This record gives sequence, structure tokens and C-alpha cells, in this order.
Amino acid sequence: MKTKLKFVALAVLIVGALAWLATGGISETKTYYKTIAELDQLNRTNAALGKRLRVAGDVEPGSIVRKGRDVEFVMKQDALRLKVLYNGVDPLPDTFRDGAQALADGKLDPSGVFQASKIQAKCASKYEAKPVQTAPVNERRQTS
Amino acid sequence: MENLGSLAVLLALCLSAYAVVGSVVGRVRRNPFLVVSAERAVYSIWALVTVATGVLLYGLLAGDFRLAYVAAHTNRSLPAVYKFAAWWGGQEGSLLLWSWLLATYSAIVIFITPRRFRGMKPFVVMPLMITQCFFLLLNAFVASPFQVLAIGRGITEVPDGNGLNPLLQHWAMVIHPPMLYLGYVGFIVPFAFAIGSLIAKEPGDAWIHVTRRWTLVTWTFQTAGVVLGAGWAYAVLGWGGYWGWDPVENASLLPWITATAFLHSVMMQEKKGMMKVWNMVLISATFFLCIFGTFLTRSGVVSSVHAFAQSPIGTYFVTFLAVGIAATTYLILDRLDYLKSEAQLESVLSRESAFLFNNLILLASCFAVLWGTLFPVISEAVTNEKISVGAPFFNRVNIPIGMALLLLTGIGPLIAWRRSSLESLRRAFLWPAVAGLALAAILLAAGVRHFYALMSFGLCLFVTWTIASEFLKGALAIRARQRMSLPRAMVELTHRNTRRYGGYLVHMGIVLMFVGFTGAAFNQDSTIEVKVGDRFPIGRYQLAITNLSDGDNENYSWNQATVAVYQNGAQIATLDPARRFYKASRQPNAIVSIRRRLNEDLYLNFAGMSNDNQKAVMQVYVFPLVSWIWIGFWVVLLGSVVCLVPSKQRLDYPRTQVLAVKEGYASVEK
Repeated sequence: MKTKLKFVALAVLIVGALAWLATGGISETKTYYKTIAELDQLNRTNAALGKRLRVAGDVEPGSIVRKGRDVEFVMKQDALRLKVLYNGVDPLPDTFRDGAQALADGKLDPSGVFQASKIQAKCASKYEAKPVQTAPVNERRQTS
Repeated sequence: MENLGSLAVLLALCLSAYAVVGSVVGRVRRNPFLVVSAERAVYSIWALVTVATGVLLYGLLAGDFRLAYVAAHTNRSLPAVYKFAAWWGGQEGSLLLWSWLLATYSAIVIFITPRRFRGMKPFVVMPLMITQCFFLLLNAFVASPFQVLAIGRGITEVPDGNGLNPLLQHWAMVIHPPMLYLGYVGFIVPFAFAIGSLIAKEPGDAWIHVTRRWTLVTWTFQTAGVVLGAGWAYAVLGWGGYWGWDPVENASLLPWITATAFLHSVMMQEKKGMMKVWNMVLISATFFLCIFGTFLTRSGVVSSVHAFAQSPIGTYFVTFLAVGIAATTYLILDRLDYLKSEAQLESVLSRESAFLFNNLILLASCFAVLWGTLFPVISEAVTNEKISVGAPFFNRVNIPIGMALLLLTGIGPLIAWRRSSLESLRRAFLWPAVAGLALAAILLAAGVRHFYALMSFGLCLFVTWTIASEFLKGALAIRARQRMSLPRAMVELTHRNTRRYGGYLVHMGIVLMFVGFTGAAFNQDSTIEVKVGDRFPIGRYQLAITNLSDGDNENYSWNQATVAVYQNGAQIATLDPARRFYKASRQPNAIVSIRRRLNEDLYLNFAGMSNDNQKAVMQVYVFPLVSWIWIGFWVVLLGSVVCLVPSKQRLDYPRTQVLAVKEGYASVEK
């Protein structure tokens, strides 16, 4: 019986320590997914400031500008535009270019510029065509 | 041609359904003819799926761009090896690869299973064929690779394809997916045997002995697949890392974790008759996590950098998983008394206990990774807000887990079964512990302030010391008795008990990999804009740009930089990072240049040209010790192969043996 108790105590200790680490890790790194429209809504009440956000949108063609280590570009969703300043360490992915779907991780600064520390991008219709898409290959290429 | 392929898939689908029904009905009604016909159906399925695969491969290699799959994943100027690799370059093809591997494994299982398992064999065939049926269903109706573009009805002829994703045009990507799939699919075999023995109430642990080699081989494939993926990311993606805790990477890691736990805890069942329910749960979890991994990579349920789109395939997988998990759970609960443990845990200081905690920690890690991966899905369901967690979360949980596992790697193999006295512990671990602590102290004095790095290096030396002392002790004893040289004595020692010493080699490989992981604590990086003639420092190096060039061929156009590397004033290397633009797929792709050395890698990435097109944007990294990850992997591979070599001496471990649980179920056909 005593052995069993020891095992349970040890197991609880290990699981407890890991759970503590995990909850800390979650609250430290959690990121809210927002579309540009939702971000716009949030920003009216200033609720977006200081929160870690992941914003999705398309890269506006021609808006990508390199400034030394930083990269500036505009993300758009329908009529809405969001100015993004990327100042992260990692190189931008190869898929990041005009018209790509991008995910920017970072925070909104008070002037309305999104300070991104990480960018993911995927080329909209390339590798896996949407299942319903029946457009001919040649046409698909141009949209990619 | 494509009609032949579709027909073969359809026929194979019908046969797989027949094989399920035939083997189960044949077994229950005791009709050996039906059972044998179901087994023959399995062979036929293999032949049919092979035909379908052949048709697809012919289309890919011959450039039959009428096929949607061929047009989407290859182009004329693609080298033949990548045309072949396009087999698993997209969804439809890789699902066909799944089916083909499964059919191959099933045929091998039928062929090599010894006659004494006749009783449970039909029940082994059943889960194999249910899964086969599921994947063939996808091949035939949901993601058919034989879909033809509607040429002539609104679409003009397709002169050339879209080309293979340039990121996949790399040797590691030719091997990585099939390796991973060999591992993923392979775990169905031990799972099927576990289920088979459970349904048939086969006495003893026969399924474990039969599947030991399978498990080991598939585990090795899986390890190779995961490490190749990491090596590919390091050499190709240009961000310099090898692991980013991306959902798709996690998906490949999850079954590996449970499989590793299974490999360990299965020894408890073999040698002590303990943890039978646990092993059932582990092998089932591994199998379902393999399916889950395929689902995660293929359904787009969580957003990932691996560009796979949303597809309707998700619902099929969820249904299959739900039904499969429910059925397995029911089966295990129903057979609980058949899975009674034959021994009790006696002491916290025992090998049983080391195994137990190894399992607990591995499972905790698996759970944490799964939780983090699915966090966006869970949080959206619960709070209606999609929240993701990043790499820091995974690192925070998994680094201490890694440390604990490293410690257990040192302790577990040396501690005695049942109970250990403090005196024997002191004898075994005093010097390794002293050495580990001394190393940590020396590094601390040398200015290393990173807590986990100190801990990791200390533990690595601790484990190395225990493993080395085991080899040395055994080899010295043999040398004294047989008068052979020390290296030969070591080989002899390993040959006498390949499982044990092969296992030590695998552990040693893991330790080396940890050395490599720990190097990440000391990474350096810098991003700069440079033109020809510029010089800049990084770490102990001076870099000078000597040339910037560009060019063009039929597959891609490129920019290239030539960088001279100086150390202490002397030139030691020339690196040439480049950036390609693939024409068919209109994709840019960085070709990084790495100077690999045992102490550190110098890593250059050509990130692009500046806006005025005059300067090159260059990312420069120094990665200490990263080569040890790949060296460690080769040691793991060597150890696994050693484990598979039969031992020279058969070792029988005395243990209590449970004979048949119920006489009636023990053997059926006489």
C-alpha cells in the first residue's frame, strides 16, 4: 500500500509540474485569430491594443517595401486595409509575395500599424486546388 | 489507361469488403475455405492496387497532362526522379501511396504469419482490411488520382503541367514522405495483431512476440521520416531551424511518442506480464494517432505552413476515427479480465518504476503536443474565439520533459528489476553522476549561464558514462575469459544480447541528438543588406561578398551570391547561397549554403534583392553543434539494426506464465 502511495504521489507531482508549465506557456503565448474586419471592430473600442493577434488577409499587390531589416506591406480584406510592419528575425517565407494569403502574428500599435514578428504565407490556389475548382490549368496558373 | 486504374481501385475496394466479411464469417462458422479465400483476396488487392499505382506512375513519368493530378504536380522539364516523387506530392497520390503500402504490409502479414496463429489470423485480417477498405473508398470516390481534365469541353489541350512544389524538389523530400508513411502505415500491423489476439482471446503474449520486429522496423522508419523532415527543413526552408512545432510536424511526432512509449512498456509485459491493458491502449493510440496525423495533414483543420487546402476529406477521417476508437475501447473494456496483470509493482526504486515513469512522461508530452496543436479548434469550440499557442508553449513543456527522459535513459537500464538497494544504486550511479555534475560545473565556470543547457550537457555525460561503463564491464569480462581484443569483445558482447546492447546504442544516439538540440541555446543570427565587396562579421567569422550573379535555365532562373569566409585573416571556405524562381509553378525558392562542421554550422540564406535591385539581403546564422543531431540519428539507426539481428544466445527470462484463459478459445482449428 505504501509503495502505491509513493507512486501516486510521484505521478501527481510530475503531472502537476507539467500542467503548471503548460498553463503558464499557454497564457504567455496565446494568440487570437482575427480577420481584418474583426480587428477593425476591436480597434474602435481600443480593445485590440496589447493583445497578441494573428491577422489573416491578402497581400496587396505592389505594397511590399523593404526598409533595411524591416519589411512594410499592406494586407487587405475586401475594402479594408491594414498596414503591417514586419520586424521579426526569421526570413520571410518564399510564398510571401503580391496577392498571397498571409498570416501576420504580432500586436497593433496605437498609430494603427500592425507590428508583426512572424509572417506565414501561402500561395492562394497553388498546390491543392479547392475541391470544387474546375478551371483549366492555364487559367489557374494566372491566379496563383 | 486511367479507366484501368479506376477499375483496379474499385475492384480492390470490393475485394477488401469481401476480405473483411469472409475472414470473420469464415472464422466464426469455422469454414477454413472462406478464411483462405479472404486471404487470397488480400493478395489480389495488392496486385490491383499495384496496377493502379503503375497506371498513375506511368501517367506521371510519361507526362499525361490530361490527368488532373499529373497536370497539377509535374511539368515537362521536371527531372524524372521528381516526376516519380510527385506520386506523394499531392493529396490523391499520397492517399494512393497509403493504400499501396497497406496492401503490401497486409500481403506480407498473411505470407509470413506462422501456422500456429491460425486461430487469430482472421481477426488480424479484419482490422487490416477495414482500414484498407476505408482508404480505397477515398481513392475511388473522394480523392481519385485518375480524374481527367475535361479537355474538349471548354478546356483546350494542356501543353504543360503546373510543376512540383519547388520546396519538394530536394533529395530528402524524395525519401521523407515514403519513410514517414512506411512508419505510419506499419503501425497497423502490431495494432491488428493486438486486436486479433483480443478478439480471439489468444493466450499469453503471442502477439507481442510476433510483432516485436514489426514494431521496431516501423519505429525506425518513423524516426527516419521525422528526422529527415527536420533535416530537410534545415537545409531547404532557409529559416535555419529544424523544428517549428507546426501542426503537421506535430502530427508526425505524436505517434512517434506513443510508439516509443509502447516499445518500452511492452518489455514489462514480455518479462513480467504487467501493463497489459496499458500496452493495448498504447498500440491503439499509436495507430489512431497515425490516422489522425494523416487527417491533420490532409484536411486543413488547423492552419499550417504546409500548404494543404481545405478539403471534404476531413469528415471521412473523423468518422473513421470515431468508429474505430469506440470499437477498440469497447473491445478492451469487454476483455479486461483477459488482460489481468501477473505481477505487482514492488518498489519505487526498480526498473518497473523507471519504465512506468518513462511512459507517464512520454504520454504527458504527447498530450501536451496534441493539446497545443488542437488548441485553436478546442478554444473555438469552447469560447467561440480561435486562439493558437506558439512554439514557446511547446518548448516550455517539452524541454523539461526531455530532461526527465534523458535522466531516465541513464537510470532505467541499470536499475534492477523488482527492487534496488541504495547500495547498488550508489555503485551504479555514483561516478556517472559525479561526472555529469562536474561537467555542468566546468561549463558554468566557463561562462555558460543557460540553465537548461547546463542541465542537458550534464545529463548527456551522465547517460554516456552509464552506457559506456555497461559496454566496458561486459567486454572486459569476455576478454578475460576468451582472450580476445577489447573491440572484438565488444562486438561479441553485443552479438550475445543484441536487444540489450542495440538498445544502448539507440539511447546513445538519442543522447547525441540532445547534444545537438542543446546547441540551439547558443545560436547567433544577423540580417544585412550587402553589395559586392562588402565585409561583415558573424561569430568568429568574417564574411566578404565577392560576386553577385544571375542566370536562367528551362526549369528556373536564379540569383546567386559568392561569399568568402575568413577566420583569423585566412580564407577557410567559399559559400554560394542562391535564390531560384521556378517558372512552371511561379514559385521563388531559397537555396541556402551551409558550412557544416562538428562544432558549428555557418548558414547563409539569400533572402532576396533590395528594392533598388542593387543590394542582396543576406541572412547569416551560426548554429553550434547542430550536426550532432544528424550523427545521433545515424547511431539510432545503427542501434535499431543491431536490435533486429538475432542474438547469439537465446535468453529466457524466468517469469510466471499464464496458460490459456479459457480452454475453448485457446486453439480452434485442429
